[in-house]
Amino acid sequence: MKTKFAAVPYLIWMVVFTIVPLLLIIFFAFTTSEGGFTIANISAVGRYTDVIMKSIWLAAVATAICLLIAYPFAYILSRSPARQQQLSVMLIMLPMWMSFLLRTFAWMTLLEKTGLINRILGLFHIGPFEMINTPGAVVLGMVYNYVPFMILPLHSVMLKIDNSIIEAAQDLGASPLRVFFRVVLPLSFPGVSSGITMVFVPAVSTFIISRMLGGGSNLMIGDLIDMQFLGNAYNPHLGSAISLVLMVIILLCMSIMNQFDDDVDMEGAIL
Amino acid sequence: MEDVLIDIKNLVVEFDGERVLNGINLQIRDKEFVTFLGPSGCGKTTTLRSIGGFIEPQEGDIFFDGKRINDLPPYKRTVNTVFQRYALFPHLNVYENVAFGLKVKKLPEREVKNRVQEMLEMVGLSGYERRGVSQLSGGQQQRVAIARALVNYPRVLLLDEPLGALDLKLRKEMQTELKRYQQQMEITFIYVTHDQEEALTMSDRVVVMKDGEIQQIGTPQDIYNEPINAFVADFIGESNIIDGIMLHDFLVEFAGVKFECVDKGFGEMQRVDVVVRPEDIKVVPSGEGKLTGVVESVIFKGVHYEIAVDAHGYRWKIHSTLPQEVGSFIGMTVRPEDIQIMHPMQEDQR
Repeated sequence: MKTKFAAVPYLIWMVVFTIVPLLLIIFFAFTTSEGGFTIANISAVGRYTDVIMKSIWLAAVATAICLLIAYPFAYILSRSPARQQQLSVMLIMLPMWMSFLLRTFAWMTLLEKTGLINRILGLFHIGPFEMINTPGAVVLGMVYNYVPFMILPLHSVMLKIDNSIIEAAQDLGASPLRVFFRVVLPLSFPGVSSGITMVFVPAVSTFIISRMLGGGSNLMIGDLIDMQFLGNAYNPHLGSAISLVLMVIILLCMSIMNQFDDDVDMEGAIL
Repeated sequence: MEDVLIDIKNLVVEFDGERVLNGINLQIRDKEFVTFLGPSGCGKTTTLRSIGGFIEPQEGDIFFDGKRINDLPPYKRTVNTVFQRYALFPHLNVYENVAFGLKVKKLPEREVKNRVQEMLEMVGLSGYERRGVSQLSGGQQQRVAIARALVNYPRVLLLDEPLGALDLKLRKEMQTELKRYQQQMEITFIYVTHDQEEALTMSDRVVVMKDGEIQQIGTPQDIYNEPINAFVADFIGESNIIDGIMLHDFLVEFAGVKFECVDKGFGEMQRVDVVVRPEDIKVVPSGEGKLTGVVESVIFKGVHYEIAVDAHGYRWKIHSTLPQEVGSFIGMTVRPEDIQIMHPMQEDQR
């Protein structure tokens, strides 16, 4: 009884801020501006297939790079002394205390044609390089902004891997490489999957990073949606339809990840 | 000793500048059951981990079968370990846990299967192959850990307080089991415990340690009956430790009374520590024994009564099958062969 009562505020919150908006999006996506039912909006999304594919591609590349950077880092971190870990986690969190916009804007000034990097390179008569307004710049912005979301879940999962389990594997004749592939990697899968989700989802739907660092030629889904609601294109029905498609894509990706998760659990508990 | 398997020479280990092992010298024979016994922090686990390869000693050498193994990483040593909290692989089931070592060595699937089956049978876990290790009880997890180590047919099995987390009844059962595995497989067991009873029950030889140094090495009988100093006497079983003076060979004075004893070679008029086990003190009617005292307390312990007696300025502990009345006067005698004379601790430790 008591717990039910305590859940009421959260239920209200969910209904007002999650379910109602979701229903509204679905409603808008399937209606015309006159209010009649239509699937024209959904089929219109097809015109933006290349943008959607590009968004998924850039987000996937950024996620992969985040994983490559974060995994070894999180592993080394989890095996270092507790005080060092606290400090490092603090340093990872530190940039997050600053505005996301500000951080991305800082990259603009660094990457610009007359930006800091090109000017420094210019002193050595190298460049200038075309760095801003490229897909690479967008990926860089994503990696920079989202890598903490990969490190933190990985780190917390790896912390739970008892050192004695690693020693046991060594004791049974496993070389460091074997220990990694047979023990550390499988035990850290839950962290990998939640890290991927936490990076991929915001990356695929971002519009700030692509707009600031990608210029006009690197539109992403987020920019498309933004334009339908706030831009000159103003078409909330199309915007809702794109949002809905994006949501389905993300849900699909997450369910694939969860499938992976379950497999790992199964091996440990049931098989 | 020709069948020495592990030879530890002047082993010194330091953690953050603090000496944990202070010059350990020890020889372990083939097919022997050796127990490292001591209070926590005495260095017993550190010694074990040095043999396993998890700790690199600052000084000294470890020889295995005549070869120096100081620089050999754990995965290249032919020893296996049963860890304190089992350290089973949580993502693998019972079969895969036990098979881990064999699969790493790339043995043919058939042989892996046979050996795992054989081991699971030995530890009584046949039919549990597909279970997840987290579904097992503490005792079953312990058995998996033992099977996982023994399946590799190691020359030496290292056991780091393996029974510490089990309840008393299960612990007694496992003690017998472990001894059986050791005899059945004919391998060397090196066992770490702080439980003196466990050490006496299972071992061929006991190594008593304190503050990173070996105090005494001997058979359980030796250690119990002839402790080398007050620490060993106190740690192994219960004892009355009294200051005494060795008057000359075979005559010692303690508690103000002269006693005949069987020890010699301590010199004349030398300060010594005297150990008398509580079960070796015989209660006689008041006035008949060499010592007389007042009964202070009587506690029923099941097999015997623990009686505390105040006599000649000491508080004596006596184990007797008969109760005494608190406050009554009793006499006490000790047979010469039950008096153990030792060099005093202070001299031993500078």
